[in-house]
Amino acid sequence: MQHTPFYQKHLEAGAKLVDFAGWEMPIHYGSQLQEHKQVRTDAGMFDVSHMVVLDLQGTDAKPYLLKLLANNVDKLKEPGKALYSCMLNAQGGVIDDLIVYYLSETSYRIVVNAGTRAKDLAWMQQQLQGFNAQLTERSDLAMLAVQGPNARAKVFSLMPADEITIAEPLKPFYGAQVGTWFIARTGYTGEDGFEMMFPAEQADKVWDALVGAGIPPTGLGARDTLRLEAGMNLYGTDMDETTSPLVSGLAWTLAWEPTARDFIGRKALEAEKAAGVQQKLVGLVLEGKGVLRNHMKVVCEAGEGEITSGTFSPTLGLAIALARVPVACGDHCSIDIRGKLYPAKVVKPVFVRHGQSVLS
Amino acid sequence: MSKVPANLKYADSHEWVRDNGDGTVTIGITDHAQALLGDLVFVELPEIGAILAAGDECGVVESVKAASDIYAPIGGEVFEVNHELGDSPELVSTDPYDAGWIFKLKLEDANQVADLLTAEAYGELVASEA
Repeated sequence: MQHTPFYQKHLEAGAKLVDFAGWEMPIHYGSQLQEHKQVRTDAGMFDVSHMVVLDLQGTDAKPYLLKLLANNVDKLKEPGKALYSCMLNAQGGVIDDLIVYYLSETSYRIVVNAGTRAKDLAWMQQQLQGFNAQLTERSDLAMLAVQGPNARAKVFSLMPADEITIAEPLKPFYGAQVGTWFIARTGYTGEDGFEMMFPAEQADKVWDALVGAGIPPTGLGARDTLRLEAGMNLYGTDMDETTSPLVSGLAWTLAWEPTARDFIGRKALEAEKAAGVQQKLVGLVLEGKGVLRNHMKVVCEAGEGEITSGTFSPTLGLAIALARVPVACGDHCSIDIRGKLYPAKVVKPVFVRHGQSVLS
Repeated sequence: MSKVPANLKYADSHEWVRDNGDGTVTIGITDHAQALLGDLVFVELPEIGAILAAGDECGVVESVKAASDIYAPIGGEVFEVNHELGDSPELVSTDPYDAGWIFKLKLEDANQVADLLTAEAYGELVASEA
């Protein structure tokens, strides 16, 4: 089992550790519900060092990404600007979802999922052929996400003034190099905050400082309920190589213009659209008591679907889910829970933003 | 270490049984079981009037991360359930042996209580699973 630079800190903090894609990671440090609430109302930190940081450099870095990614890196004009994109196979299936940061026309930083590391690297290297660019894995970096309404202020309380002048003006979805650190105003919780990459040897010191500033550690359990409340997809659960972005609530990440940009998967997606997209990813809210779980069957008038991510929303006190259903599915459906059908509302796939319910 | 009160009996499926001395028993899940599940958010209670045999599935406890069946540790008829758990499922986490009780059975054979695990035997079972 692999360990991040914070492994010892997890043990000291009383983490319950689980196997996550070959990494021994904290699922919680006592109470997942309490950690969830901590992030929604104050600030918490997540060890995300298992995620894969890649630096792409070379004169062909941009043309390579224009082909590799379904979103268009040509949208990135300002240094530090981030873009969320799917990386597709030729059939339009999702190999992974990722964030790419524009540093210059010849330099990008890319963050991909831990569970897909090997196949992502193989695919990205294979597609590099013919391009003058190199990919370098930055396993020398540790990565922490600090999230919550008070997260940024608490981080600033630890920073020297010259670093605050760089980090404080960062707009959402922008990052910047701050000394040996890379700090980005991004995250996976629906709250404000930073994702921070820094040399792994600083891990202990950074952890202690953040805890001292009132940012307690938060496990992957709360990370999952937070991202689901925020309506953010999880790779391998809500989409994978057998599903296209069109049936995964990710059509907004596809850049069709300019039409001449022939990104991998484009032709398959165009064919899927021309034939008529059959399914959609929606949000579900269970009307009564209970908990929605992955793979539960969804029954609506237009046919059947399946829950891709289900949970109990700590913020709402209700069961919520993302589900893939027939495109004609209306506002109401039923969920098969242990053989009985229970009514649920079909909603836009976002439930909580900045601590507040967005359900009408 | 999880608590295993000496005055209760236990099933290897991690329920506890309190002999009420009048041919009825009160049943819940053990401290060990609730700790494994994490914060509980929903309890599906057995149906009143249901006739259960030992080992029957009769309800579900759900935490944020998982659902776990509740089994009847002993045969009998369900005559009372803890409706408090509808609004406060967390009682099973915070007070598993008292306020977090789940259901009561009228026993078909009161002598069967003696066949359940003692606190000592259940404590050994938990230790061997750790």
